[in-house]
Amino acid sequence: MHARVRKYGAELQRCRLDAVPVDLGDYHPLKPITVTDSRSRRGGRKGSTSSSSSSSSSVAPDPLSSMLEGTDPLSLFAAASASETPTLSHSSSSVELGRKRRENEEEVGADFEPWSAKRGEILARFTTTEKLSINLFMGSDKNKASSPSSAVSEKVRTRLEELDDLEEGSQRELLNLSQQDYVNRIEELNQSLKEAWSSDQKVKALKIVIQCSKLLSDTSVIQFYPSKFVLITDILDTFGRLVYERIWSMCSDPRPIPDSFSVEDVNDTAKETCLNWFFKIASIRELIPRLYVEAAILKCNRFLNKTGIQETLPRLTAMIRGIGDPLVAVYARAYLCRVGMEVAPHLKDSLNKNFFDLLASFRQIHGDTVQNQLVIQRVEIPVYLTLYSPAIHWILQCVAYRAPDVLLTEMMERCKKLGNNALLLNSVMWAFRPEFVAARATDFIGMIKDCDEAGFPKHLLFGSLGRSLACADPPESERLPILNEAWKVITKVRSPQDYINCAEIWVEFTCRHFTKREVNTVLADIIKHMTPDRAFEDAYPQLQSVMKKILTYFHNFSVLFSMEKFLPFLDMFQKDSVRVEVCKSIMEVFIKHQQEPTRDPVILNALLHVCKTMHDSVNALTVEDEKRSLALLINGFIRMVSFGRDFEQQLSFCVEARATFCNLEPVIIQLIHTVNQLAMETRRVMGGSHSRKTAAFVRACAAYSFITIPSLTSIFSRLHLYLLSGQVALANQCLSQADAFLKAAVSVLPEVPRTISVEGKQRSSEAFLLDFINSFLSTLLVVPDHPEQGVLYLVRGLLNMVQDYTWEDNSDAKVRVYISALPLLAAMSQESYLYTIPKVDSNETLYGGDPKFVAEISRLCETLIGQVLDHLKTLGREEGVRRQGSLAFSLFSTLLAHGDLRNNKLNQLAVNLWNLSHKNGHCDTRTSVRTLEHIKQQAQQPELSHLSDMLLRLSLQSRA
Amino acid sequence: LVEVLAGVVVITSKEAVQHQGISLTMEGLVNLQLSSKSVGVFEAFYNSVKPIQLISSNIEVAKPGKVPGGKTEIPFEFPLQAKGNKMLYETYHGVFVNIQYTLRCDMRRPLLAKDLSKTCEFMLHCQPQKSKVQPTPVDFTITPETLQNVKERTSLPKFVIRGHLDATNCVITQPLTGELVVESSEVAIKSIELQLVRVETCGCAEGYARDATEIQNIQIAEGDVCHGLPIPIYMVFPRLFTCPTLETTNFKVEFEVNVVIVLHDDHLITENFPLKLCRV
Repeated sequence: MHARVRKYGAELQRCRLDAVPVDLGDYHPLKPITVTDSRSRRGGRKGSTSSSSSSSSSVAPDPLSSMLEGTDPLSLFAAASASETPTLSHSSSSVELGRKRRENEEEVGADFEPWSAKRGEILARFTTTEKLSINLFMGSDKNKASSPSSAVSEKVRTRLEELDDLEEGSQRELLNLSQQDYVNRIEELNQSLKEAWSSDQKVKALKIVIQCSKLLSDTSVIQFYPSKFVLITDILDTFGRLVYERIWSMCSDPRPIPDSFSVEDVNDTAKETCLNWFFKIASIRELIPRLYVEAAILKCNRFLNKTGIQETLPRLTAMIRGIGDPLVAVYARAYLCRVGMEVAPHLKDSLNKNFFDLLASFRQIHGDTVQNQLVIQRVEIPVYLTLYSPAIHWILQCVAYRAPDVLLTEMMERCKKLGNNALLLNSVMWAFRPEFVAARATDFIGMIKDCDEAGFPKHLLFGSLGRSLACADPPESERLPILNEAWKVITKVRSPQDYINCAEIWVEFTCRHFTKREVNTVLADIIKHMTPDRAFEDAYPQLQSVMKKILTYFHNFSVLFSMEKFLPFLDMFQKDSVRVEVCKSIMEVFIKHQQEPTRDPVILNALLHVCKTMHDSVNALTVEDEKRSLALLINGFIRMVSFGRDFEQQLSFCVEARATFCNLEPVIIQLIHTVNQLAMETRRVMGGSHSRKTAAFVRACAAYSFITIPSLTSIFSRLHLYLLSGQVALANQCLSQADAFLKAAVSVLPEVPRTISVEGKQRSSEAFLLDFINSFLSTLLVVPDHPEQGVLYLVRGLLNMVQDYTWEDNSDAKVRVYISALPLLAAMSQESYLYTIPKVDSNETLYGGDPKFVAEISRLCETLIGQVLDHLKTLGREEGVRRQGSLAFSLFSTLLAHGDLRNNKLNQLAVNLWNLSHKNGHCDTRTSVRTLEHIKQQAQQPELSHLSDMLLRLSLQSRA
Repeated sequence: LVEVLAGVVVITSKEAVQHQGISLTMEGLVNLQLSSKSVGVFEAFYNSVKPIQLISSNIEVAKPGKVPGGKTEIPFEFPLQAKGNKMLYETYHGVFVNIQYTLRCDMRRPLLAKDLSKTCEFMLHCQPQKSKVQPTPVDFTITPETLQNVKERTSLPKFVIRGHLDATNCVITQPLTGELVVESSEVAIKSIELQLVRVETCGCAEGYARDATEIQNIQIAEGDVCHGLPIPIYMVFPRLFTCPTLETTNFKVEFEVNVVIVLHDDHLITENFPLKLCRV
């Protein structure tokens, strides 16, 4: 085959599109769509169309926005509301405003933390290992006096336990329940309540609810009481909802009434039913069930009259005074506040009244009855007091919600007046607005100090204060004294668990307002407390949170690592999984926030240590995803390391890193890329011509890559890196290195397996291999022949490998490689090459178009074409005519593009191939037609005029 | 002005029903039962007083004939007019006194088919009394010294309980309200309850029988309540089981409330307050 002579420059000129001057405002797909500021647009909207069209010229003509005259619907609305509000406030009367405010008050905003958020926390916190009991008595009150007192024999009792139904008169006493059993039982009751309701057994439903709320008067196993409250009030909520919905649906006939219905919309039947419920509940004998059940259906008062809720709430509030046990009472208050907030959040008075009643009966907590009970149950006072926290928190949260500062101050004063008010103080700090607490932080510290040490633990108080201060800032001048005072107490906490719980909270405050010096001191203190007896082992979550907070506030890693105690603190994470977790979080922050590449030895050392920790956690059992994420983090680090012009330092860093991260392949790959980049950077700095020193350096880089690549297991990574490194070496005039890389790539080829796993699936490697070979071939154009080897030995070597490779049966891959080698050979036989590498002599200069070289190429081409034709013949014999056609066509195209068709033999071959590809009618007519058109066009050029003769001999199948 | 009892008789059947007349009977009765406590078991059994009929009337709503299949509604109306010089009392269900009004519908049917009958009770509320009610509130103080019927006054623990009822002349539709303060108590309090009691008196040949029985018991305090903090007294009068206080020649229905304080050592302290109920 003879390659046709190409004049690349002229061809390029011909192919080039006419240059069109691009004006800046023109459309470009990558140009971001400008969202114009809606406010500036407002004038335009109102004004004439001309103003809006003039403004749209500054916007990218995005089809959507152009339809809307440059404003998308969302910003249009925004603009509308922005333009309306000021005018409204201008004209609207005070009535209008008042109405708005009232509406606001009647709704509880998103800033009110709902009960559902507290539920889980309480259930998780108040647990017990002691045995619980449920006593359900489903009978009527008349028999009650006799049955509990009479000694039911054990046998009878168990028999009754077996009765799973809740029939009239049955009594169930379930003893020795574990906490989980208890929870399950309550859930069962919840279910049977729903069942009873849906099967229209309303009385039974009411009985279940009464019995459940009766359980709330039982304070045995007192540690569990808060959780019990949560479980049982769930049932009450269910019941309240059922009753409300039932009555609501009764008035929905014929059509549903609006949510904001008034009493007039309610029909008499519904009213009577509702009234009946209230009468029934009013006759419940016992105080606690009567209170809870009435509170549960508080909302139903809406059906009866306008002021029902308003009158009921204070009455129920007063009713709670009758509950002697302070814990039971406080939870009843919490429930009432909860229902009140849901149903009528604007009725603040009864919330406040609840709180004041709570204060008034506060001394009950220290009364004899309670103390005796605690002795019997062997519960200590501090533990007992914490049982109150969720309820008091909740009440105060309701009271403090959008309350004016004056009220809060008054509440605080009232708390102050009570002796031993730590419990209240704690809740005040929890529930009041952080800003309020922060502004008076110094006062609070004073009050905390005054508290009685024996009762509520002080570290909890400081914990609560710290929580507020983490969200709101105290006055600037008070910050340091606050920290000092707080830490003075915290550091004295003996139990490591209590200590760390409190310290963790205060780290946030410290990080927020102070410098590394203070944080360092805090860390030192934490280390001092948590090291003895390896206390840190039980406190990993808290320590992790400390780390997280520090990382949130310190993004400057040179500051961070210059903290003396930071690394010792890191050393406390000794459990591998946690340690890696922490290291990962450090790296994540680093990658996210480090803007500039760094060479700071402190950072590098520390992060290398951190990354090494991550790397060392990898073992045979590590899952692929984990490895990937670790590698990603380490790569992020490596990319951020730069020694500027100190290339040698950079290389030695890479050497060190390679030794450190040898188990993570993606990291190794990254390192090779880094080194290659380094070599190219060196070349750039030297302006393309290396000095003796830099030449030695780039060779060192090549050597680095060369010895690193074989350690990779992924064959395609290896191939691509060999090729890439070869290209880099070539670009840096390291010819023998480039040769070695490419030779290595060729020698690796036979190892390529026929299938590789891609994302966990086995896929044929053929397509990948073909891709690689094609890109390899295109590189070979510029690789000069080795002086000691024969002509084109790399090409030959590659083709030999291709020939010997065990391709898939029935695959044309080998032949396709041959066909794609032809353009390379054609390109090689040109006088001047399509591309060259500066300062590297390619074969064009080496051989200078020597006829022997050209002849050698022709011979090679003939061999290849011969191989292809043989293959085409075998295909003709088999069932492969379709493949035969497509291969023939691609060989034809190659010949057309690269062969010299003035040669008769070649011309004839091309025509035959055309006919062969059309013989069996498997070719795409459209492609054929376009090919013919292309030839026609080509033929118009003077040096390709011979094509027009050939054109006559090519026929389309459809014409034939 | 006479009120009427009005409604419809609804007959639902698949096919036409042959009948020999449908009639309605309205009746109001006072049933008096002598308690065995007052008059011995046998007398109580045999001598139960004859029911007093307050009202009685009967009308035929349909002449013998056929009621077509499907749903048939026949409207009716009764004037509520007492018999002779009797008065209509409010519906009341007690133990020894029962005042009940019923309406019965009978359908007589031809041979070989059972007669059909359906009875239902209807409630009667008195006309509101015109006169204004004087609430007459009452204050009370309970200490060991104020108690009666005490065997050993010395064994009693010391306590002072004060309080008041907002009214002893109560409107039946309004709850009983008041306040109670435990000022001091040597022994912890277990429970404080309000006991609503009915006092029924029946006159008979041998004289009369007077019996007090509990209607309902409402707990207003549970456990050792906070001293010095007023606890609300609040009780809704149950429907049906209460009526305006009633005094007739043959019988009386009166009500009382007991404030019951149970101490932890199971001492039971009761303070009684007679009530007068009325409807306004």
